[in-house]
Amino acid sequence: MDRNKNSYTFIYASVMVALVAGILSWVALALKPAQQLNVDTETKQNILAAANEHVSAADADRIYGDKITAAYVVNSKGAKVDGDAFALCGQMKKQHALPEAERRLPVFEFKGTEGTKYIFPLYGAGLWGPIWGYIALNDDMSTIYGANFSHQSETPGLGAEISTEKFQAQFKGKNIFEGETLRSITVAKSNESAPAEYRVDAISGGTLTSKGLQAMLLSDLKSYEAFLKNHKSEEK
Amino acid sequence: MSESLFSKKNMALLTGPLNSSNPVTVQVLGICSALAVTAKLKPAIVMAISVTLVVAFANVIISLLRNTIPNRIRIIVQLVVISFLVIVVDQILKAYVYDVSKQLSVFVGLIITNCILMGRLEAFALGNKPWPSFLDGIGNGAGYGMILIIIAFVRELLGSGTVFNYRIIPESWYITNGGFYANNGMLILPPMALIIVGVVIWVQRSRNRKLIDN
Repeated sequence: MDRNKNSYTFIYASVMVALVAGILSWVALALKPAQQLNVDTETKQNILAAANEHVSAADADRIYGDKITAAYVVNSKGAKVDGDAFALCGQMKKQHALPEAERRLPVFEFKGTEGTKYIFPLYGAGLWGPIWGYIALNDDMSTIYGANFSHQSETPGLGAEISTEKFQAQFKGKNIFEGETLRSITVAKSNESAPAEYRVDAISGGTLTSKGLQAMLLSDLKSYEAFLKNHKSEEK
Repeated sequence: MSESLFSKKNMALLTGPLNSSNPVTVQVLGICSALAVTAKLKPAIVMAISVTLVVAFANVIISLLRNTIPNRIRIIVQLVVISFLVIVVDQILKAYVYDVSKQLSVFVGLIITNCILMGRLEAFALGNKPWPSFLDGIGNGAGYGMILIIIAFVRELLGSGTVFNYRIIPESWYITNGGFYANNGMLILPPMALIIVGVVIWVQRSRNRKLIDN
């Protein structure tokens, strides 16, 4: 057969592409459940880590089932709406593209040895790509119980430090409300203006990631403000 | 074919790339990924295994097809075969070693652009039988992997004080704990990997004088 003929080249290319496409779609479909399971497990680990419960992937499912006693969705006015809170954690990007009034906001209740904690997912922009995380608040809806942050592509050793336990541990015990105003947390150098109660130390060499994290905390806690305030007044 | 499977000639295909025709230090191919994934040993090893598998099987497939591939689209055929294998590897990593696949992130996809692959397909598999092509692929993958592991070992030990995430340098040595030692942050960053590659090349050439250009 003449391998230089145009028709041969065309047929060869078409058959090859169809064959490869077929096999690849089959592989993708066959591995999809295992991949989704990994993503879900990681989300569960991160949610638990925000409440200072660091678990291995193997235990995540069981401990998540034990400790997360309720998961529900609220809107920006603080009212409960229908929806799957856990599934929404996988759609943070889509949710953040919506206007605030239409956003559906997941809330997780965690029951540990130190009482009930409320866990809220966060999503924002770092320096190179998205950053996200979970923040756990005490019953007073102001004191931070724990925080967990992840990133897609921040610089290792600099911005990527936000995902280290050392950085995250700083958040414990800080306050997000100053009186009745939502002040959120400032991520800055230690000699900068915010009082220690509302500030954590930024990462040296990771200023832009730190600023992104600060913006993420403020804007996402803001969307929960109504829910937080409602809950606060219920407590009193 | 009267030649045995592990004849001297075939074994040379396997061992050559480990020394005198090493893809990284002699042919200077695949440098970008050698810089990018070597901050820790574990991702470096996974990357080495992935590249070895991809180059070996791509070599075999191309070698099997070598008498049918239309000459004018042979590069595209090679690319399709490589991309096919890389996507399969990526999907498998995501399904079974999720944490490693996260660390390697975009670099698995970039195996496609690793010059070692195209180089071996074009230079070897197109003109040789499947078995020697397979050995050539394994040899080159191993030669690449060997360099990756050397670099990753040095970078992880000096940059993070660990080997395979096990602490080697005691916590009490660190300045933060009242000691005298600090990790070298430079080693975490890619430029130091390039310097380590340079040192490896220097050591190799001083031992193997044949490699020195006149």
